[in-house]
Amino acid sequence: MINIPSIVSISFRALRVNKMRSALTMLGIVIGVGAVIAMIAVGTAASNKISEFISSIGSNILMVLPGATSAGGVRMGAGTQSTLTLNDADAVEKECPAVARVAPVLSGVAQVVYGSQNWSTGITGTTPDMFIAREWKIDSGRVFTDQEVRSAAKVCLLGQTVVDNLFGALDPVGQVIRIKNVPFMVVGVLEAKGQDPGGHDQDDAVYVPVTTAQKKLFGTAFPGMIRIMYVQARELADMSAAERQITDLLKQRHHIGPHQENDFTVRNITQILQAREQSANMMTILLGAIASVSLLVGGIGIMNIMLVSVTERTREIGIRMAVGAKTWDIRLQFIIESLILSLIGGIAGIVVGVSSSELLSALAGWDTIISPFAIILAFGFSGLVGMFFGFYPAYKASLLDPIEALRYE
Amino acid sequence: MALIEAIEITKTYRLGEIEVNALSSVSLAIEKGEFIAIMGPSGSGKSTFMNILGCLDRPTSGRYMLEGIDVARMERDELATIRNKKIGFVFQGFNLLSRTSALENVELPMLYDGVAAKERRQYAAEALATVGLGGRERHHPNQLSGGQQQRVAIARAMVNKAPIILADEPTGNLDTKTSEEIMELFVRLNGESHITVILVTHERDIAEYSKRRIYFRDGVVVSDESAGGHRA
Repeated sequence: MINIPSIVSISFRALRVNKMRSALTMLGIVIGVGAVIAMIAVGTAASNKISEFISSIGSNILMVLPGATSAGGVRMGAGTQSTLTLNDADAVEKECPAVARVAPVLSGVAQVVYGSQNWSTGITGTTPDMFIAREWKIDSGRVFTDQEVRSAAKVCLLGQTVVDNLFGALDPVGQVIRIKNVPFMVVGVLEAKGQDPGGHDQDDAVYVPVTTAQKKLFGTAFPGMIRIMYVQARELADMSAAERQITDLLKQRHHIGPHQENDFTVRNITQILQAREQSANMMTILLGAIASVSLLVGGIGIMNIMLVSVTERTREIGIRMAVGAKTWDIRLQFIIESLILSLIGGIAGIVVGVSSSELLSALAGWDTIISPFAIILAFGFSGLVGMFFGFYPAYKASLLDPIEALRYE
Repeated sequence: MALIEAIEITKTYRLGEIEVNALSSVSLAIEKGEFIAIMGPSGSGKSTFMNILGCLDRPTSGRYMLEGIDVARMERDELATIRNKKIGFVFQGFNLLSRTSALENVELPMLYDGVAAKERRQYAAEALATVGLGGRERHHPNQLSGGQQQRVAIARAMVNKAPIILADEPTGNLDTKTSEEIMELFVRLNGESHITVILVTHERDIAEYSKRRIYFRDGVVVSDESAGGHRA
């Protein structure tokens, strides 16, 4: 049996004879592998962004928004009516067994001033439960306490973006800022969370106790009013139970009869986001599959060229058989030739795929994530393509009759 | 024991409905070290006989004993091994690999015998020196004359120490002077290395180099005569 290094050098020689042809055949694989890598890079980035947001929002999260989808014949968006109160939030936390914690939210936009710097940002009034539910850690300082919520203390937590804009390199903890001209003491800085999938900067925010927000910042005619209830269920399996319990409780508290429309909406955020993540994953698979088709076409190109090559080299095959080449010596020679084509094409394809992903993010501003998995997958697949489409021509070559082959002109 | 013993070898081809006997019950024995010319008009069955002797083809019936082993019923790959170790081929059209150096052409049989690269190169260079092409290892076939190409082919045929060289019209593409040189090379290999040379030719003066001449006609041996041989 012939040794593999010898076959490899024979194959390289054969491919060098028809440089142009070999290069064009490889191009099919280059494009295929490159497309698979670039497409998966785009898709992975999209679904990663969503899963990052899911973890940033916390696990098992439900949102309760005031307002129904329609009121008095006029269809209203959820959250357009302020019908939720702090008491509702307390009741949900105490009376719904499937609920672990509730963070009420009352938010608005205001100008924040420190020294000569000012920054307009979202002010969120909430309770410490918010940071537990969202697993949001503190970078420095501390979270405001339940006691500070009860006493409506003028303390606040800053997001990174706000710190960057107001304080620059200074340590904000212990400093006093003014929100709507009310002085607030900065007690802590939140860890950076980045953007949500909508491109909204989650770090561009100031958090204050919900009671302080109601009394000092966004006081309204309706006492105790809040904008959103942020609810964390005990387990993922408790999500629908929590949804049902909250609906029943709020219906009772708001005196809504069986045939009346609810004046609030419960949204299963985790479910919505997971569905979105699933569809993003689906999209990645779809993009990869479409790109794989071009890899397949590249493979057919290899087979085509290998068949031509076998025919052209019939006499060479005859000579090799006459001097003692066995069936598998001939087969291996052509399979390795096709494998070399596809693997070199695969390596070039990785380069093309990686650089085109980089180019996409640099020029078009798309996020791309090149996963080693995609590279291994595409490279391995190109090897399989080479082997698969090389086999038939190799098989044909090995079945030639040596006498006929030697006579071939 | 004869080196080659053909026993009632018959080869039948089917051409549509008709069966054609290319060889009809041919029996003959060849001893080690013989120099034989096989002659006959085209269609006489001499090429078919050569192909069977060379293990490129199998007889329809009969036995072919090579060094006492019946190779007539061997599988494809077993025949390939026999060709590799026992038989060297020299063809009319040289049949060298183009775009491949003389040295690598000569290395080819050893490649399929699993000989290590270093030894391959050494033996191939020695074989080329034996046929008088020392110093032309790097030349490609298209840089060599017809006579030189045929010498490369002879070096390839003898490099695996095969006991038999089968030469099918080896001088058919060469001029008279070169033909004589090639034939003298065969004579030398036969005399010095005791290689059995079996030659197919239709040229009488080429056949005169041989010590035994076998004539084929219509698939049978019509005459088998020993002669002085080694003209010159």
